[in-house]
Amino acid sequence: MNEQAAVVSLRSVTKDFARGGVRALEEIDLDVRPREFISLIGPSGCGKSTLLRIIGDLVQPTAGEVVVNGKQAHQARLDRDYGIVFQDAVLYDWRTVAKNIALPLEMLGWDRERRSERVGEMVKLVELAGFEDHYPWQLSGGMQQRVSIARALAFDPPLLLMDEPFGALDEMTRERMNMELLRLWQESGSTIVFVTHSIAEAVFLSTRVVVLSPRPARITGVVDNDLPQPRNTDTREQERFFELVTEVRELLRTGDRSGEELRA
Amino acid sequence: MTVQPVVYALAAAGANMLGALAVTSRARWSVQALDAVVALSAGFLIAVALVHSTLLQRGFLPYIVASQTIPILAIAPMVVVWLGGRGLPGWFSVSVIAAYLTFFPVAINALRGLQSADPRAHELMNSYAASRWTVLWKLRVPASLPYLFAAFKIAATACVVGAIIGELPASIQDGLGGAILNFNQYYASSPESLWATNIIAALLGIAFFLVIVLAEKLVVRRAPEHFV
Repeated sequence: MNEQAAVVSLRSVTKDFARGGVRALEEIDLDVRPREFISLIGPSGCGKSTLLRIIGDLVQPTAGEVVVNGKQAHQARLDRDYGIVFQDAVLYDWRTVAKNIALPLEMLGWDRERRSERVGEMVKLVELAGFEDHYPWQLSGGMQQRVSIARALAFDPPLLLMDEPFGALDEMTRERMNMELLRLWQESGSTIVFVTHSIAEAVFLSTRVVVLSPRPARITGVVDNDLPQPRNTDTREQERFFELVTEVRELLRTGDRSGEELRA
Repeated sequence: MTVQPVVYALAAAGANMLGALAVTSRARWSVQALDAVVALSAGFLIAVALVHSTLLQRGFLPYIVASQTIPILAIAPMVVVWLGGRGLPGWFSVSVIAAYLTFFPVAINALRGLQSADPRAHELMNSYAASRWTVLWKLRVPASLPYLFAAFKIAATACVVGAIIGELPASIQDGLGGAILNFNQYYASSPESLWATNIIAALLGIAFFLVIVLAEKLVVRRAPEHFV
């Protein structure tokens, strides 16, 4: 695979839910290039989480083609080509922090020594050293989510799918987690597809923001984010940051309007 | 009637009973332990089968429910006759009857427990392309443990009743069931004997219950794959 080949490639992806015949996604075309940080943003219930699950082969599209890492999405899942992070940490509460992070490594059949070495690295990466033997219920929401990110990154997947991972956190924790995520992204060199409904978060994090319309979701527009890297706390105060936020907001409104016109 | 003489009588009778039981029915404890193992594993295996097939669930659940509405007093003699007719010993029939009485709460709770994991926890397993077996072992079973232990506690006490009732048609004389039947006839003259059997049955139930509580303390919060 050459450097330009897309990590994720969606062609005319459409999804109808069998029950009630609701169309969730319509004709989605998108290429995600290696090392990109793509945000999918849209009104809640628009189907952006469904789109993420289609990329992960957890939900099957009604029509269209999904290629991940140059393979059919199904094969990519079997090859464990991606890690996934949900809105809630979804930790197994009978497992310690270390055992939760080691879960995918057990699946991959790593031996105990290699697992614990990797867990040690991951715990440092997400700054949870000293908490290895804690159970999930002993951690705060932000710490739990860090464990879940460490679990997703533990086996070094080329693609990271994130479904509103910081949606349940308070604003301050969320901004700190945003910074940490950018650092992890730069250190791990992975490609990220990130679902959010926060405009500021999308603009702060991504290299491109994909704006979706209300259901059925279509791509209203794609905003190339030229904010300089690495980003830091000053980024949020730059004029360009506000311009981009406005641009994304306008696109969200356009999507809303075209939706209304279609219904009328 | 004052209370004190009754208490003394009970204590004396209880001691007599315990002595008698210890001498004549050393096998009973192991039989009841066997009941428990049979019932718990039967209930659990039924639940594992049901959780993997909606068809099985729809097909079998009504029979499982029906099995519990048939009075144990009606089914116990049948079991004894059937199994006895095949040359199996009486204590085996008793085990089967006790198991019959106790597999139900285990099966129902295990089924609920095996289904209790968060849908996203299943999605996570799916994202790892985990096999059914792996999902069962790493997700469903550990998630079901709190439910299972709740069921085990019900079963621990119910199996004592099951074993006692099972002994009646099996005409096992040296067990608690036989003793109850026997002391029944002398209740008017020596009520303390019958009372003593009640206390012993209660103590047995409490003992089994405590074993389960202890096991729960050891097992829960620890993934079972590291506990075998």
